[in-house]
Amino acid sequence: MTARMHRTARASAVSTAVRRCVATPAAAGVTVIVAAVAAAIVVPLVRWAIVQATWTGAPADCRRAAGGACWAFIGHKAGFILFGLYPAALRWRPGLAAAVLVALVVCTAIPKYWTRWLLAAWAAGLALAFVVMRGGLGMSVVPTQQWGGLPVTIMLTAIGLAGGFPIGILLALGRRSRRPLPRAAATAIVEVVRGVPLIAVLYVAVLVFPLALPTGLSVDKLTLAQAAVIVFASAYLAEAVRSGLQLVPARRLDAGLALGLGWWQTMQRIILPEALRTVLPSFISIAVGFFQDTSLIVIIGLFDLLNTARSAAQDPSWLGFYTEAFVFVGGIYFCGSAALSRYGLWLERRMAGAHGGVHMSRPLSLTTAAPPE
Amino acid sequence: MRPAADRRAAIAQGAALGLTAVVVWWLARNTSVSLAQRGLTLGFGFLGHPANFEIGDTWWLSFSPADSIGRAILVGLLNTALVSALGCVLAIIVGFIAGILRLSPNPALRGLIRAAVEIVRNTPLLLLLLFLAASLHELPPPQHALTPLHGVFLSDRGLVLPAMTIGGWTIVLAAATVIALALRRRLGGWIAPAVLGVATLVSAAVHPPAVAVAQLRGFNFAGGVTLSPELAALLAALVLHQSAHISEVVRGAVLAVPRGQRDAAGALGMSRWQTLRLVVMPVALRAMVPLLATNCVSLIKNSSLAVAIGFPDVVSILNTAGNQTGHSIETMLIMIAVYLSLSLLVAAALGRYNAHLLRTGSALS
Repeated sequence: MTARMHRTARASAVSTAVRRCVATPAAAGVTVIVAAVAAAIVVPLVRWAIVQATWTGAPADCRRAAGGACWAFIGHKAGFILFGLYPAALRWRPGLAAAVLVALVVCTAIPKYWTRWLLAAWAAGLALAFVVMRGGLGMSVVPTQQWGGLPVTIMLTAIGLAGGFPIGILLALGRRSRRPLPRAAATAIVEVVRGVPLIAVLYVAVLVFPLALPTGLSVDKLTLAQAAVIVFASAYLAEAVRSGLQLVPARRLDAGLALGLGWWQTMQRIILPEALRTVLPSFISIAVGFFQDTSLIVIIGLFDLLNTARSAAQDPSWLGFYTEAFVFVGGIYFCGSAALSRYGLWLERRMAGAHGGVHMSRPLSLTTAAPPE
Repeated sequence: MRPAADRRAAIAQGAALGLTAVVVWWLARNTSVSLAQRGLTLGFGFLGHPANFEIGDTWWLSFSPADSIGRAILVGLLNTALVSALGCVLAIIVGFIAGILRLSPNPALRGLIRAAVEIVRNTPLLLLLLFLAASLHELPPPQHALTPLHGVFLSDRGLVLPAMTIGGWTIVLAAATVIALALRRRLGGWIAPAVLGVATLVSAAVHPPAVAVAQLRGFNFAGGVTLSPELAALLAALVLHQSAHISEVVRGAVLAVPRGQRDAAGALGMSRWQTLRLVVMPVALRAMVPLLATNCVSLIKNSSLAVAIGFPDVVSILNTAGNQTGHSIETMLIMIAVYLSLSLLVAAALGRYNAHLLRTGSALS
């Protein structure tokens, strides 16, 4: 019954859309132009990607069938693109580590699991992923210089956001503090980090910070890059938390204090939960941004997903299949980002339903961005 | 607050300050030891030394390897400014068009724009940039250049566009006319802009502006303006990426305009286009301007990705200079100062425009 109703509704939506495409002569003209443009893009694309593509074989097969995509290249290089310089025989280890991290992210996405156990799961999962990647406990040790590909991308994003979150909350609270010292320090840190490109933060971490360490102590590049991503994420998350705190009515603090709770307790039990719920959608868009921006570590020479793809196309025997490599990793980034955005929309709708009061229905993005006057 | 709490807070702040001072002192001491081991001292004297490296793209300021590092950084700064200014203007134009088209009543048009926006928004900017740079280098040589429009050539040497030459006085007069138009209330009406406008036309008639279309001579183009493949790829990637974000801002702002205002305009007999231009846009602009400023600042910061494809922007040149001389602390300080001041500059300029919008209550005055 409901299925049929859905089907009918969808059919009528489609027919309405089709009718709108040809509603007036002008609309029909626009539709024809759009169809021509779409055809001019899609037809060559399909011919390249499917019809004339080479699916298996050696580089010579691809060169002979000039014109189409060389998916045989991806077939040969997928292991390298996904896992980088990690020893080929041990690729199950980065695969397992990536799976553990993805599982943690998926669990974090489900509101039902937002309990203390989740923190414990993160601690255990991160330790497991780290041990599996690095080795030890009877497994051969693989230094971080050989880590690369998808696990590095996921690790930088997930640990960057998870690590930046508590620091971001502290910075946001610091910026709203009545004491001059925390306010000045938090404001300076957030504004400087947000005012410079991520590349500048990465350069400082990799080129300048090692100079400030005592002689003989050296930290590997991946750890430095991870620290830089955490610092960068914390500044962006701090601004989101701050805007959430601004939306919590001041009465809540008074009420908490009147109940005899201390300032920290009021923050922890009343104000922060409400503020964080309010800005969850902006956390999701920050997460999408960081998933993509971790690709910048290419510039300091680390092998994330984008750099492994580029290096694969620089292999002398498979030279120049850049388009295929970029389409392949572009697809991975697209799926990850689109899934995250979809999740954000779902969460937003769910929250609007659950807390349908005055507070949650307040528009967050556009109308509040303009200064009230 | 109670005095006891105040005293406790003061002690806590003092302790934090002391701890920070100790950490900073420790880091500074380590740094000075590391620098001494490398035989380096802090200071900006190296800016006067000869650079000893080439710069591929130079606009407005010539450069040779014998010139100083300071001049090299200035060339990089001008390149960053060029990319940022062109990028912001083009991204806002493209973003506006895309945002308005996404609100079209025609589902086919909406769908096409939406697909393009989704693809760009869900892939990293650096991927787009590396892809465009690689594709531009795979283009045919100048003899077989693609010509999508008359006078526009796309080859492995980059993008060649027609150049326009205008007399110097015409530019000055045209600028004066624009300023007079903007200040016409204070200058007492239309007289000043009209006089200046006529003067601009006379000057243009005396020295007619000429359009120089590039010609293929031998193995390269002569005349016109040539954007190197790196610059063309960087500009295209930045504009595509940022305009996708701006189109969402525009769409959101237009949708945020109360439905009643549109209905009222319709009831007054305004056409769809008139409604958009005279009623919806002035209101939407107010919601948009702060977000456009944010987008411009992020485009400026994203232009630092130039280093990945070898376009000599300020980051790329500072990085080269730091690697060659070992003065990476100083070059990083310059980089941070440059970006902080650029961000502040844009934020201040758009903040003023925003204040103007809020004061006058209309965007089209």
